[in-house]
Formats: sequence, structure tokens, C-alpha cells
Amino acid sequence: MTPSLIALSITGFIVLIGAFIGIYAGFRRQMNLEQWAVAGRGFGLILVWLLMAGEVYTTFAFLGASGWAYSRGGPTLYIVAYLTLCYAVSFFILPKIWEVGREHRLHTQSDFFLQRYGNRYLAGLVAILGVLFIIPYLQLQLTGLGIIVQVASFDGISRSAAILIAFAIVAGFVLSSGIRAVAWVSVLKDSLMLIAAFSIGIGVPYHYFGGVRPLFRALAQTSPQHLTMPGSTASMGHSWFISTVLLTSLGFYMWPHAFGSIFSAKSGDTLRRNAVIMPLYTITLPLLFFVGFAAILIAPGLKNGDMALLTVVRSTFPPWFLGLVGGAGALTAMVPAAILILAAGTLFAKNFVRLLFLPSMSDDAVAKLAKIMVAVVTALAMYFAIYSSSTLVGLLLFGYAGVTQFFPGVVFGLFWKRVTTMGVFAGLLTGVALGMWLFFTKHDPYHGWNAGFLALCMNLVVTAIVSLVTSSKEIATHELSSAVSCR
Amino acid sequence: MKPARVLSLILTAIPFIAVCFAVPLWDRVYPLVLGLPFNLFWLMAWIPLTSLCMWGVYRLGEWRNSVPPSREKSR
Repeated sequence: MTPSLIALSITGFIVLIGAFIGIYAGFRRQMNLEQWAVAGRGFGLILVWLLMAGEVYTTFAFLGASGWAYSRGGPTLYIVAYLTLCYAVSFFILPKIWEVGREHRLHTQSDFFLQRYGNRYLAGLVAILGVLFIIPYLQLQLTGLGIIVQVASFDGISRSAAILIAFAIVAGFVLSSGIRAVAWVSVLKDSLMLIAAFSIGIGVPYHYFGGVRPLFRALAQTSPQHLTMPGSTASMGHSWFISTVLLTSLGFYMWPHAFGSIFSAKSGDTLRRNAVIMPLYTITLPLLFFVGFAAILIAPGLKNGDMALLTVVRSTFPPWFLGLVGGAGALTAMVPAAILILAAGTLFAKNFVRLLFLPSMSDDAVAKLAKIMVAVVTALAMYFAIYSSSTLVGLLLFGYAGVTQFFPGVVFGLFWKRVTTMGVFAGLLTGVALGMWLFFTKHDPYHGWNAGFLALCMNLVVTAIVSLVTSSKEIATHELSSAVSCR
Repeated sequence: MKPARVLSLILTAIPFIAVCFAVPLWDRVYPLVLGLPFNLFWLMAWIPLTSLCMWGVYRLGEWRNSVPPSREKSR
């Protein structure tokens, strides 16, 4: 057997096992909207942990983090920082969101906005923006999966063909299973991922340098500036680090899929305990940095930094191990992609189409439309994956600049009585417009600050000011409407 | 504010200061600790320390009582 055949068949075998678990876990359960989207709200500590960990460990961490360690250096450390702090943020807001969700049987982020602000245009806007910003995140997963197929085939399969294969795998996986299936496949994914991260993260430095210490000693001598900020970049210094860590740790649970996973928990206390233990999951991330840093000395001059980890694995280990790492990597793309697509489909069907255009749709029709959207959203992401050259981390940062704009609406909604619908509308539109404008005119980072963070600041200010100006009028009508809805 | 509430806010602020705002103080290569550049070591050390801080906040229980209003009454 040729090396590529060995590697590809092992990767393919792992993908099949994952798909099988997914289909089996969804089997024999009535897949209504409640089951498909929030698994009947019955997840305890372990399943919530698995589901949320499944969302964290994506191709972004696997290939993107090592890729940035390779191509950018020091700035990649922001990933460890934000994946530690986001849980501290979550400790305070998630249980409150969950309470609202249980009381009013909410499924999605947009449901929350509808419940809190009672305005279906705001809720519809939140839904469609959520779907739009999921696309780059999904694109990231497909690109990563494409890289895995490409490297595992020893470049026998071209990039576009590999992404097409990735698309087929992901769409098939989602259509056959709901969120419960996804949580269970996470078990396989995370065990394989841990095996892969430890063996590569420790193995590669030992193989080439005789340990982690000699690796960093060598790097500290040849390229010390690469290990600190701004690394190999011109503009990603300390102000960029602070603003990016704040943006991403505040925005972590503003992703529609992460927001939706809150509702699958059994209790608010589950979420609080989860917030305490989740940071420990981040401890394996630096192992992937080791590989990216080692690749600077082992495989210098790669055009695409995101290929660094797999390229090093391919030239260090036997093909069967490349296949195993490829399989682990493929699951780290499939599982989060499935979660993302499920969220996007539900949001589009329930909170955009039904809410704004077809209020008479039945739950079954919504579930059907959500499944059709799976194909549409995935196809869009595939189109962008084939025609874009952004790094994996770059794609996620773009998404964060978008989704974190929901933060003021959510947090003011939970903690500040005077916030108004007009305020949230104005702030959200300002934040998204400014963020996207800075990104598309290539102004990120803007004078050393993360563009999404600047947009978030403007958003907060606008939301607060407009709310204060409009509050007296709206409180009166809101009290009236809540009095009506209570009885 | 009650002292327990203040304490839980302080416990939450500590990781933010250490991991995020203090970056100019720890972002350097030397001294290498356990073979790691200092900045990487610092961030890795704060992963369990952050968990510890949040465990403290959890134990203080300030936020647990405040969320479900029905439970607050019974206490």
C-alpha cells in the first residue's frame, strides 16, 4: 500500500466511526425541534462539558493555533488568554440566560432577544446576522478539513477537491443527527484529539531537539523576537493583545451556536460549575503551539502556515500515524461544523423566516426548512473556502468582530433595566457597520487596536446613550406589554 | 455591597489583570521557566489559577442565590 492510501484509509475509518456514533445516538429518538436543537434541555455537567468542549476544540485550535505560532509567533498567545478568561465571563451571564430560556422555552439567541425586547425586527436582525457570521467560522472548519485531506493524501487530492469532500462529509453528518449526537461524537473526537496533541506536542520537540527546553533554547537564540509580541507582524503588539483578548473572551458565548448550547443544560448551577472547570481544557493548547514553533526550525518557508502542523507530522511520523492525526483533525472540524450548521439552520428557519414572514409555519415545517438550510449554508461556506486565502485564525477573528456586537444587547438586557429596543438596535447596527467597514477596508488592526473591539466600544456607547434618551417612553410600553403577556 | 460580593468581584478581576491587562509586564522570553519562554509559562500557569479563582467565586455562592428569585425567598 502506498503511504497516502494508508493515511487516507485510517482517516476515513475514523470519520466513519464518528458518523456511526452520530447516527446511532440520534436513533430511536423523536427528532422534533426541541430535541434537534436543545436535546430536550436535559444535559448534566458531563454532557454540557462535552458539548461545549466540542465547540472549543475546533480546527481553529488544531491547525490554526499552530499555524499562527508558525507564521505570526507571539500574537498567537492571545488564544490561550481568551480561552481562559471567556469562562470567567460565562460564570456570570450563562446561568441568567439559562433561567430566561427555561422559563420561556427558548431555543436560540434570537429567541432571547425577542423575549427580552419584544421586537421581532430586532430578533430577526439578530438571527440573520448570526447566520452570516457563522459562515466564516464554518468556512474555517471546511478549509481545515480540506487541508487534512490534502496533506493525508500526500498532495494527491487538490485543495478544491479536498474541500468538496469535506463539504459532503459535514453535510451528511449533520443531516443524520441532532445536537445530542454531536455531544456524543465529541467523546471520540476529544479522546483522539488529546492523544494526538500530546504525542505530537511532546514527540516533535523530542524527535528533533531532544525536548521542549532545547527547542525553546534554540528558538530564543535564532529568533527571539518571534516568541514575543508583535512577533513577525507589524501591528499586533500589546494593545492588540489586550483588545483582542477582551473582544474574544466577551464574545465567546455570543456565537449563536454557543448561546444555543446554554439551553441544553439541566440547570444554571451546571453552567456555573462548568465555568469553573472549563479553563482546564485549555491546558493542552500550548502543546499545539510547540509544534508550530518547532516547525519554524524544521520546515521553514511554508507558504500556508496552517499546514505547518500536518506537514511536520507527515515528515516525522509513519503514514498510519498521519492517518490517525488526520482522523482526529477531521473530527475536530466535523463536530463543530455540525453544531454551527444546526444553529444556523434553526436560526434562519425559526427566527428569520417564520418570525418575519410566515408566522403560521408549524414546528415540523420549521425543522424541515432548517434541514434545507444545512445544505445552503454549507455550500456558501464551501464557496468562500475555495476562493479565500485568509488564515484560519484570521477567519475566526473576523467572525468575532461580528458576533461580539450582540454582547451589549445581551448583557444590558440581563443587568440594566433602562436599556431599550431602540438603543440595542442602534448600537448593534453601529457596531456591525463599523467593524465590517474597518475589516473590509483593511484597517484591522486599527492603529494597533483590534477593529472588532473598537466597534464593540462604539456599540456599547451608542446602546447606552440611545437607551438613556429613549428609556422613559419605552419603559411605559414595555411594562404594559409584559403585564399583558403575564396574564 | 456585601463583602462576599466584593470578594467575588475581586476574585474575577484577578485573572483579567494577570492574563490580559498586565501583558507588557510578562511578555518576554527570559527567564525560561521549565524550558518555556516566560510569556508562555505565565499564561499556562494562569489556566489552573483562573479555575481556582472561579472556584472561589463559586464557593462564595453570592451569585447562586441571586439568580432564581423563588429560591431567594425561601432562604
